[in-house]
Amino acid sequence: MNPDASTIAAGAPIEVDLSPIAEGQDIKVFWRGKPIYISHRTKKQIDEARAVNVASLPDPQSDEARVKSGHDQWLVVIGICTHLGCIPIAHEGNYDGFFCPCHGSQYDSSGRIRQGPAPANLPVPPYQFVSDTKIQIG
Amino acid sequence: MSGPSDYQPSNPALQWIERRLPIFGLMHSSFVAYPTPRNLNYWWTFGAILSFMLGMQILTGVILAMHYTPHADLAFKSVELIVRDVNYGWLLRNMHAVGASMFFVAVYVHMLRGLYYGSYKEPREVLWILGVIIYLLMMATGFMGYVLPWGQMSFWGATVITNLFSAIPYFGESIVTLLWGGYSVGNPTLNRFFSLHYLLPFLIAGVVVLHVWALHVAGQNNPDGVEPKTEKDTVPFTPHATIKDMFGVACFMILYAWFIFYMPNYLGDADNYIPANPGVTPPHIVPEWYYLPFYAILRSIPNKLAGVIAMFGAIIILCFLPWLDSARTRSSKYRPLAKQFFWIFVAVCILLGYLGAQPPEGIYVVAGRVLTVCYFAYFLIVLPLLSRIERPRPVPNSISEAILAKGGKTVASLMVALVAAGALFLGSPGDARASEGGDNPPGNKWSFSGPFGKYDRGALQRGLKVYKEVCANCHGLSYVAFRNLAEAGGPGYSVAQASAFASEYKIKDGPNDAGDMFERPGRPADYFPSPFPNEQAARAANGGAAPPDLSLITKARSYKRGFPMFLVDFFSTYQEQGPDYISAVLQGFEDKVPEGVTIPEGSYYNKYFPGHAIKMPKPLNDGQVTYDDGSPTTVAQYSKDVTTFLMWTAEPHMEARKRLGFQVLTFLVLFAFLMYFTKKKVWADSH
Repeated sequence: MNPDASTIAAGAPIEVDLSPIAEGQDIKVFWRGKPIYISHRTKKQIDEARAVNVASLPDPQSDEARVKSGHDQWLVVIGICTHLGCIPIAHEGNYDGFFCPCHGSQYDSSGRIRQGPAPANLPVPPYQFVSDTKIQIG
Repeated sequence: MSGPSDYQPSNPALQWIERRLPIFGLMHSSFVAYPTPRNLNYWWTFGAILSFMLGMQILTGVILAMHYTPHADLAFKSVELIVRDVNYGWLLRNMHAVGASMFFVAVYVHMLRGLYYGSYKEPREVLWILGVIIYLLMMATGFMGYVLPWGQMSFWGATVITNLFSAIPYFGESIVTLLWGGYSVGNPTLNRFFSLHYLLPFLIAGVVVLHVWALHVAGQNNPDGVEPKTEKDTVPFTPHATIKDMFGVACFMILYAWFIFYMPNYLGDADNYIPANPGVTPPHIVPEWYYLPFYAILRSIPNKLAGVIAMFGAIIILCFLPWLDSARTRSSKYRPLAKQFFWIFVAVCILLGYLGAQPPEGIYVVAGRVLTVCYFAYFLIVLPLLSRIERPRPVPNSISEAILAKGGKTVASLMVALVAAGALFLGSPGDARASEGGDNPPGNKWSFSGPFGKYDRGALQRGLKVYKEVCANCHGLSYVAFRNLAEAGGPGYSVAQASAFASEYKIKDGPNDAGDMFERPGRPADYFPSPFPNEQAARAANGGAAPPDLSLITKARSYKRGFPMFLVDFFSTYQEQGPDYISAVLQGFEDKVPEGVTIPEGSYYNKYFPGHAIKMPKPLNDGQVTYDDGSPTTVAQYSKDVTTFLMWTAEPHMEARKRLGFQVLTFLVLFAFLMYFTKKKVWADSH
């Protein structure tokens, strides 16, 4: 009952052009049926994410570890709440990040869980920068 | 079902079979000669009611499966086509969907009866555990069935429930992938759920056979909890129990039919009339009402794994009930303390159900935690403790002695049964819906409301005109065909008029012999063409918000009725939240934005739209559409007409449904009376 060959083939890596995303905006692309949020974060959002005491977080992880160095303004996360799989809404909640409407989990501008029942941060999918304005997810 | 039977059929052909396969003897000893305690009350008819419901679900389900397409792109549409085009498809679908809820109503009554009268105690432990297994299978079947229509709530319910398994350490993720057959809920998931939804009911039927077998070995418990000792304590199953069960089933069918014919969507969720969209989570995910208490337990625990364990634990704990409650007296009738705690437990379950439908915030979370503790405390603290400290009242020596001690109050207890069944819906406000953040729309007088409601033909025809001249510029009506305009219960056009109407449209067809697509005039069998080729085009042309298809809009929108209105609605058969909301939104545009509300660029203020900022500009203005029949050409009249028309597009067979409903209910009431008097006659000597 595991995924069949065509499903696996359809899950091959995709390329996303980042140039049309303005600062403060984000887009949602689908990869393997999962929504991936790509946020072009503002300076304020980056500073907020880095000002937190990492040890105080429920799932401690530094913002630097969640983005590619040199591309600190880009946050790429799988937009599936780690609680029960709903899709959080971007730019909502108390932490300038994501808010899940199902059971009230709140994530910060680095996609880290800050409040609510979710146990873990929004996962970062495997991706790399092909050029300064293009990433490959997968 | 135990031991050889001395039954001998009189017919020689049956004798021939009987010598080779003693099936008639088995039937005779199980359902005819089987001794049943004389003092059973109407709570004991729920076994028969459940068998009836299982049969109903399998029968309607098998026929529905003949018309259903288990594919992510087609499932939603195929369900709509069942309702619209299959002969009595609307009836089959309502029977099946409402039947699931009724099945759970009956199983909850059945379980609580077992709990109250101690039916799980020695020697009926295995019987009880088989029952819990049936209940678990029912929950799995019900959940997978709810996924099949592939609406928004189907999809997101499936997502949330399958993700429960991701809480399992180490294997969680791989188990979830195995359930999905992909990287997320999708077409493979739908396919396997359909397969399992077809399979599980037959497993249930198999376990039911074991359940009945165990029952017939241990014998039925009874309200006094003393085992039958002499022949005076029992009556033969047929005719006594048979006729009593038939009366019980007839009464239950009245409730069932009330839902099927007058409020088929009362127990459902409006969001499930919106096709599944993996990119948008509904603002408020609620499972079907029968899972709500467990959902509340899940949500009240802040840790994911612990929450999942608590939720499953809440059901599994029932298996250990025979050993948690070691009191020797079976029936709570003779246990003054246990009786009180039982009713507190019932109240806890109902309140948990109510909380399960509320948003997970503030006081609801706290209350949920308190009640979760109460739920488990009943099993883990109260029952073990009571069996040690409680001093039960003396139990009668035999069943016949217990009968002599009391008069008959069976009808009263049946009434209690129905009221209790109704009270279970307390846990089902189920409509956490569209209009959070908007004002509640004012009620309207609709020609189609109530048990005898009919569509106003004039309003349907005028509404069609408003749709065609105004709404159709942006909104599709893709489930409605031109031929529907000439069908009974619709706008009342002739076939010729519908054809003429169709021929005014240009329909894309092809490819022709040259391989090109071409346009031709519409035919009655064609569907209303959509104004945009796809959702992306619709979105791009309308500032980012795609105008929804209007075929089902009056059923896909609703607003929260709240307590106690949803109880009143059950009796008044109020089903018009959708039409009230649509007509309110059409009239709710105001140029002056109230203070404190900011409307973003490209949006408009609407008093009734959730959040107040709607992308649709004011669609209707006075005098915009001309009417030939002299009706006033005002926005109010346009809204009323087009809403009536859209109610018809959502429920084209509503008139047939209500008409048949009246006939069926009349028959059932008469049938129930006949059964009652027959039962009285049969039992005359036995009480």
